[in-house]
Amino acid sequence: MSKLFKPSSSLGLRFWQLLLLAVILVVWYVVTLDPKVAFFFGQPIEVWGRIWAWFVTNRDIYLHLWVTLSETVLAFFIGTISGLGLGLWLGLSNTASAILDPYIKAANSMPRVILAPIFGMWFGLGIWSKVALAVTLVFFIVFFNVYQGVREVSPTLLDNARMLGAGRRQLLRHVYLPSATSWVFSSLHTSVGLAFVGAVVGEYLGSASGVGYLILQAEGTFDVNTVFAGIVVLTAFALILDYIVGLGEKRLMKWQPKTGETEKI
Amino acid sequence: MADAALSLDNITCTFVSRDGGGKRYTAVKDTTLAIAPGEFVSVVGPTGCGKSTLLNVGAGLLQPSSGQVKVFGQPLKGINTRAGYMFQGEALLPWRSALENVIAGLEFAGVDRAESLERGRDWMRRVGLSGFEERYPHQMSGGMRKRAMLAQTLIRDPDIILMDEPFSALDIQTRQLMENEVLDLWMAKRKAVLFITHDLDEAIAMSDRVVVLSAGPGTHPIGEFAIDLPRPRDVAEVRADPRFVELHAAIWGVLREEVLKGYAQQKRA
Repeated sequence: MSKLFKPSSSLGLRFWQLLLLAVILVVWYVVTLDPKVAFFFGQPIEVWGRIWAWFVTNRDIYLHLWVTLSETVLAFFIGTISGLGLGLWLGLSNTASAILDPYIKAANSMPRVILAPIFGMWFGLGIWSKVALAVTLVFFIVFFNVYQGVREVSPTLLDNARMLGAGRRQLLRHVYLPSATSWVFSSLHTSVGLAFVGAVVGEYLGSASGVGYLILQAEGTFDVNTVFAGIVVLTAFALILDYIVGLGEKRLMKWQPKTGETEKI
Repeated sequence: MADAALSLDNITCTFVSRDGGGKRYTAVKDTTLAIAPGEFVSVVGPTGCGKSTLLNVGAGLLQPSSGQVKVFGQPLKGINTRAGYMFQGEALLPWRSALENVIAGLEFAGVDRAESLERGRDWMRRVGLSGFEERYPHQMSGGMRKRAMLAQTLIRDPDIILMDEPFSALDIQTRQLMENEVLDLWMAKRKAVLFITHDLDEAIAMSDRVVVLSAGPGTHPIGEFAIDLPRPRDVAEVRADPRFVELHAAIWGVLREEVLKGYAQQKRA
């Protein structure tokens, strides 16, 4: 029994985490018994009712969720692959990176959310304007990581591969690309989150479907409970996406040392 | 006389510092060195004297400022494809398992996969790594990584083997084991070896010839000693040989002063 209350054991840790959640929910519930407060903060039971209706009784969220998730996934892949490609190219070509350097810095420091209305004009109000916005967020994260990764490949590794007879293409495939991949993975958790942010912000700024659109509609009618329900759903799916990326990372990066890892046989 | 396996003629390497100012540093000056086919030559010298520079020139990784490199009589252009190079630092690809690392050279050369794997397993066994084929470099000890690097270098069957202080990071026991293994492998194949070390004992125990380099800058050979100890040798036992002690004293007499010079320079810098 005493084991349950020690945060050091994994069971105890879960217990304390759940307890914290329960405390937050109870405080939320008690405070919002007052209707004036409830107007601003919603009520946990109402929020849960909304989520229940979306998923079980009315089943009207799946279309919106599908739209948001496909925007996220598309932006994630397009941004990652283009960032990887351009990062490799500029990392390997000194001339190109010298010429493009100021433009890349400028593009990265630009507040890119401002581009959302322009993308709306270019790509319409469908999913592609949201994909474009999210791509601009994902691209730079991956690009800078790959660029850095290519620049910092150990010279000994390169020399060794060259002495073993690797040509230019083989160096790219067997040394630069795997080295860059490890840097890409370290950025993927950030970029999947940003892909999601890009998609939702894009929807929020102008669309006819998606979870961001649902939240915008609810805000228009001061329906705080629906807003909170939307936030909860978005958070849950962001966590799921992050978990999937983590699984992929585990599979592909099994060669990477983990701290404190004992010998595996 | 047959062509030397590797000959460095009047090599000078001057580095210009990148941050402008035109600072120059001549690491190696007017160095001539020839290694006959099948000969084991060690180069010793104080730390920071440009031993690795010389090796990189021989490998074709570094262009000398002046002088010429010849490989079996042919002037060297680009990478020296007949040489295998065992680096001082970590050179295994961390994303490949030990076996995949060992066969990397064969893969680059387009050797059939099944044949590469078979030869790779054979070499893993020869360097005493059987059963560790699927380990990644970070899961192996320093000595095991060195063995894998040795197999990786030798599997291509190079005619010239360049080694840059390959065992300097190992503890003394592992080191002697590896030295003996390298000698056995070398005795079986008799390739030309250029072995860089700062350890005089190691140099004498393993080589046919020891070349002493001066302290930098402007490193050049200042002494050459033929090692007439009988083979096969055991690196641990040979140290007790009276001839070994004699040679050691003679070479150390030349090297000592350079080591002190090199040390004084590093202290000033």
